[in-house]
Amino acid sequence: MSALSVSNLRVDIHGKTVLHDLDLDLQPGSILGVVGESGSGKSMTALSVMQLLPRGSNWSGSITVAGNDLGSMEEDALCQMRGRDVGMVFQEPMTALNPVRTIGDQVAETVMVHTSAGRREAKAVARAMLNRVGLREDRFPLDRYPHDLSGGQRQRVVIAQAIALRPKILIADEPTTALDVTTQAQILDLLKQLVREEGMGLMLITHDLAVVAGLADHIAILKDGAVVEAGPTREIFRSVRHPYTRALLSASAHVPKRKRRTEPAVTPVLSVSDVVRDYPQPRRSLFVRPQPFRAVDRVGFEIFHGENIGLVGESGCGKSTLARAILALDPLQGGEIRLNGKLFSSAGDGPHPELRARMQVVFQDPYGSFNPRHKVRRLVAEPFHLLKERPQGADLDRRIHRALEEVGLVPGDADKYIHEFSGGQRQRIAIARALIIEPALIVLDEAVSALDVSIRAQVLDLLAGLSDRLDISYLFISHDLSVVRAITDRVLVMKEGKIVEQGDTETVFRNPEHPYTRSLVAATPTLDKALETDA
Amino acid sequence: MTMTATTDRGFLRAALGHPAFIAGFVLSAFFVLLALVSFLWTPFDPAQLDIPQKLQPPSLEHWFGTDHFGRDMFSMIMVGARVSIAVAFVAVGVGMVLGVPLGLYAAAHRGSLIDEVVMRGNDLVFAFPSLLLAIMITAVFGPGAINAIIAIGIFNIPVFARLARGAALSLWTRDYVLAARVAGKGKARISLEHILPNIGNLLIVQGTIQFSLAILAEAALAYVGLGAQPPLPSWGRMLADAQTLISLAPHMALFPGFAIIITVLGLNLMGDGLRDLFDPKLRRDRT
Repeated sequence: MSALSVSNLRVDIHGKTVLHDLDLDLQPGSILGVVGESGSGKSMTALSVMQLLPRGSNWSGSITVAGNDLGSMEEDALCQMRGRDVGMVFQEPMTALNPVRTIGDQVAETVMVHTSAGRREAKAVARAMLNRVGLREDRFPLDRYPHDLSGGQRQRVVIAQAIALRPKILIADEPTTALDVTTQAQILDLLKQLVREEGMGLMLITHDLAVVAGLADHIAILKDGAVVEAGPTREIFRSVRHPYTRALLSASAHVPKRKRRTEPAVTPVLSVSDVVRDYPQPRRSLFVRPQPFRAVDRVGFEIFHGENIGLVGESGCGKSTLARAILALDPLQGGEIRLNGKLFSSAGDGPHPELRARMQVVFQDPYGSFNPRHKVRRLVAEPFHLLKERPQGADLDRRIHRALEEVGLVPGDADKYIHEFSGGQRQRIAIARALIIEPALIVLDEAVSALDVSIRAQVLDLLAGLSDRLDISYLFISHDLSVVRAITDRVLVMKEGKIVEQGDTETVFRNPEHPYTRSLVAATPTLDKALETDA
Repeated sequence: MTMTATTDRGFLRAALGHPAFIAGFVLSAFFVLLALVSFLWTPFDPAQLDIPQKLQPPSLEHWFGTDHFGRDMFSMIMVGARVSIAVAFVAVGVGMVLGVPLGLYAAAHRGSLIDEVVMRGNDLVFAFPSLLLAIMITAVFGPGAINAIIAIGIFNIPVFARLARGAALSLWTRDYVLAARVAGKGKARISLEHILPNIGNLLIVQGTIQFSLAILAEAALAYVGLGAQPPLPSWGRMLADAQTLISLAPHMALFPGFAIIITVLGLNLMGDGLRDLFDPKLRRDRT
């Protein structure tokens, strides 16, 4: 008997169809990967199985969990079903736990709600489950609070909560998207092990083909609320039939074409030397001045003309702090930053506004990067503020239109508001805003991380083309090694505020020397690696 | 990604589907209209004494009756609305015009000495019982509408300064503010171009609520004799006059009391409604 079988599922929300003719089947002890881009309906599928669809939605078809038809169940029975038969792991471990309750209480709660177990028994179950997910008693007693734990450890608690009653199905909605690569690898291993040993069915929802390729037994690929291709993982990847699957595959392994130029080493576009960034720590004692936290510790590197540099590292390593320091958004505590050989900022000096125009930035979040109250024209033209002679009238229009055309938009877009654009288009507008004053360097802080793979491939192509055509250097900051590998010439690996390894991108990724780089490269899931081990 | 996703037409449609907002708007608009009409026409001269007609109950001639000097209550309430609304409007305006820039300035220089001075100054004003200080101010400078405005206005400054600072602080971490800083814009310019337009909704909502509180405060000051001075009628003083005659002529207390209650209720309903309408999340939940 299937752990979960969904057939002919159709979901409408306020009259709009979000899922149609959806069929899924999940066997006990196996892993089903549900893959799709944003808006494909993968989260709605999970919510249908949990029967937690938003208000105003209707569903038809049949969903059977361990032989019980959900359509015929009352709300009381559904409440019993959630948590007991179906466990769920969410994307964001920071918000999935209640910050004011201990981890032991939170795991025990699930047990007490669904069984007649008393507090003591429930605590015993909680202890066993936390041991099961790798949080051992000596280091993680039940009375720890979520804020004592790291992101990966919290996700383990969430998993312990989900499996506490040994559900038939575990639904994991992007369980590792918010985690670093090394942590991601550990969590995926844990999920795999739990499925095999407990005989649960795992529905793994993700946008990342590489994650499911190494893990799932079966894959269903969703597009626009319908399954376009489904089958055993290996078959799907061996003989890609559906054009959408093929497009997804090529997009996720996309390497933009670039003309590699070797420039003679003249004055570097950007030169960072011995940069230090300290953060003040909260005072612990009235009489002792707290030691500052050193987020960036004497970092130095150079970017030459037309060169793309990658900066990689896990969250908290200081890469974004370094980016902010380079952009002179925060003051330096040591070292100096030069642009084209001229001093831009140093500890206690700068930034020099006339040099600001040489450097621009694109941020990660395409939704937060724009003032929602301005039209694109005004948003894109903002950096002109840096120029002494600002373009006016027809000249201004011409330059706005050119910038929009450079990033593949049309001049007419200048008179729209930002909410009229999709995430990928917004990121193009952010690039247009950075381009418009013809800087020598653009800092891209996780600029493609929030985009779907197909959109990401397009934006990477755009970036590669622009750097060739307009002679721009990039400082490309990302936690995603495959993206960095695709677009950069040299790479810097950062850990705990220091650069631990740097060199030619291919060389570093092929033969990582520093143990940290080695662990990063090993933990990054890639399609090739997944399929090799499978075969 | 906030409120601008709704066009003006979308806003209007949402407003029409929000009964509390409509009710609040109609009630508030009614009293504003009453105040405006009072400049052109009142049934009687509100300052005209007519002792033989004193303490008349409501009738067709005197809709709300007459007071102990024979003045027409309805006319007095019309002119009283003018005073209440004018005092409240100017007082809230003063609070906004002074408080919002202070708050924005404090947010732009977060953690600096100026920030501390501004915010601790706010705490100081908050620490005083507001009516007591208002009485002190009017006692020193003499009673009158202008001094009532000053007294009430001072208490509105910290309200708006705190609100503006809190909202601005969260906006200062937004990427578009960072982008503006990379574009070399100064703090004052960013506050004006990027922060202020995005906290406008909050300020309007709070302004509506403060407006109703100011009307209450004006009535309270007038009640103790420190508001607008006779012969200018005022709701608060009408209540005070009615106090001794409450068993003889209850209408003298009822009508100004209702006027205050209904105006304040209307403004509060409108403020709550505006908050819902400006918040796309709340609006979606309602549909």
